[in-house]
Amino acid sequence: MSTIGYDSWAVDLAEVGAVYPFQGSEGIMVVLGVVFWIAWHRIQFVREGEHLEKAKHMGDKEKINSLLEKY
Amino acid sequence: MDGNLNALTTVFTEFYYWVTVVFMFLIHVGFCMYEVGASRHRNHMHTLMKNIMIIPLVTVTFFFFGWWIYWAFPSFPFFGGLNHDAGAANLPWSQNMGTNLSDRITGVFWAAFLLFSWTAASIVSGAVIERIRSSALWVHAVMIGSVFWIIDAAWGWHAEGWMVKYLGYHDAYASGVIHAIAGGYALGVIMVLGPRLGKFAADGTPRDIPPHNPWMLTIGIFLIYSGFWGFYAACNIPAISPEGIGGLITGETWTATNIYLAPTSLSAITFNFLMSLSGGLMAAYVVSKGDAFWTFSGGLAGIITASAGNDLYHPIQAMLVGAVGVVIVYKLHYWVERTFKIDDAVGAVAVHGYSGIVGLIIAGFLLWGAPSSPYEGYAAVNPVGQTIGAVIMFFVLGFLPAFVISKLQAAAGVLRIPEEVELQGLDYAEHHAYEDAKAEIIAADKAAVNGSGVPAE
Repeated sequence: MSTIGYDSWAVDLAEVGAVYPFQGSEGIMVVLGVVFWIAWHRIQFVREGEHLEKAKHMGDKEKINSLLEKY
Repeated sequence: MDGNLNALTTVFTEFYYWVTVVFMFLIHVGFCMYEVGASRHRNHMHTLMKNIMIIPLVTVTFFFFGWWIYWAFPSFPFFGGLNHDAGAANLPWSQNMGTNLSDRITGVFWAAFLLFSWTAASIVSGAVIERIRSSALWVHAVMIGSVFWIIDAAWGWHAEGWMVKYLGYHDAYASGVIHAIAGGYALGVIMVLGPRLGKFAADGTPRDIPPHNPWMLTIGIFLIYSGFWGFYAACNIPAISPEGIGGLITGETWTATNIYLAPTSLSAITFNFLMSLSGGLMAAYVVSKGDAFWTFSGGLAGIITASAGNDLYHPIQAMLVGAVGVVIVYKLHYWVERTFKIDDAVGAVAVHGYSGIVGLIIAGFLLWGAPSSPYEGYAAVNPVGQTIGAVIMFFVLGFLPAFVISKLQAAAGVLRIPEEVELQGLDYAEHHAYEDAKAEIIAADKAAVNGSGVPAE
């Protein structure tokens, strides 16, 4: 029993196609991948919003002026 | 080279490895930039020199004995003696180790492995910046680069290695054989070396020591990514016939193979390299809350975690493995830092060592039952074999020798620089000479301009 569908390389490679693990579960893998991607955007949107809200009140005039001078 | 096809294959293979070697040089350039960017201004030149001199020292020792170890040690010492036949062709006095028109592959294959050796040593170099003596580090560079990593390659990264035969060890793009061992080795050194002055407050709270130049770090790590891509290609045999492999594969279809001569393709590893890089970057961004350097390092950690099985994974598996690995590694880094007061200056133990361990174990589950080799009688890939393999890489061949050698160096007083030098900076003497020389030439030029002296020639 092998996750890639082959227990041995005693095969004619002309007759071998996909060799990744869990062939037949591509649909589930795509769903998992898309969930990961969408979740990433959701987390990032929320965190950036919170960060910018905090950042609005963080500025010290003197430090901002010195940053402006630095260009 | 008999026949056109044979000649073409040989010349293609020779050129293929040559190209990968040039690409892999970027890894070393990247490590140098990363280390210098991470160090403080007062330590730049020593930091750079420490890493640059790894190149010649590991190169000559890898020529003298490192390459021989790879061919002679696959069964030694637990499952047989030294393989003198294979080893003899790779001794420094062998005719194969020179200009030889009947052997066009040994030179480029040796160089590909040599570049892996530089990488292993360079990973250690990053963890110890700003407080190790260069002399001590260069001994470690030779030990990891030309002895310990190449022993692990003979055992677990050779078609006849005992770990492959009996454990079913599978580590196609070196999660363990380069990264886990180098991370373990770095941990062994820094446990004895101790943290940089000021790294921990009096109550033991770790302090961040920010890099002096974030952009150098950024470009450095991007160069490491680029070189790593070349490394992936270098881990393959580009084109070989079933007859050339001489194993169980039947038919006449040629293939690319991994280092164990089991079939894969450049296309597969290109998918998986990019998807594991992406999974690592995305997960690292989230877990580090957008910290730039952990995010960039996370890309590298993602690739390293997926590398053991990236010859066979599906791209989405590679992405998710990279992502999971990064989260574990990030958490582990800070837990170890807080608990054991370990100062890993560039996160090398985490990004390379912990990622390597996690990647090996995950591959044991995802590739469970897959053939580890095209030859008969080899154990299949399995989680127990992969876990034992991870312990051998990280602790037995990495951590232990580093710890013992560092203890000896510390006992001899040649491991760490004096506290006064650490505070004033390793480059103080050179800076002082530079400032003196500058002042002298400016004074001479001014005197010439004002007509009171002879101009400098």
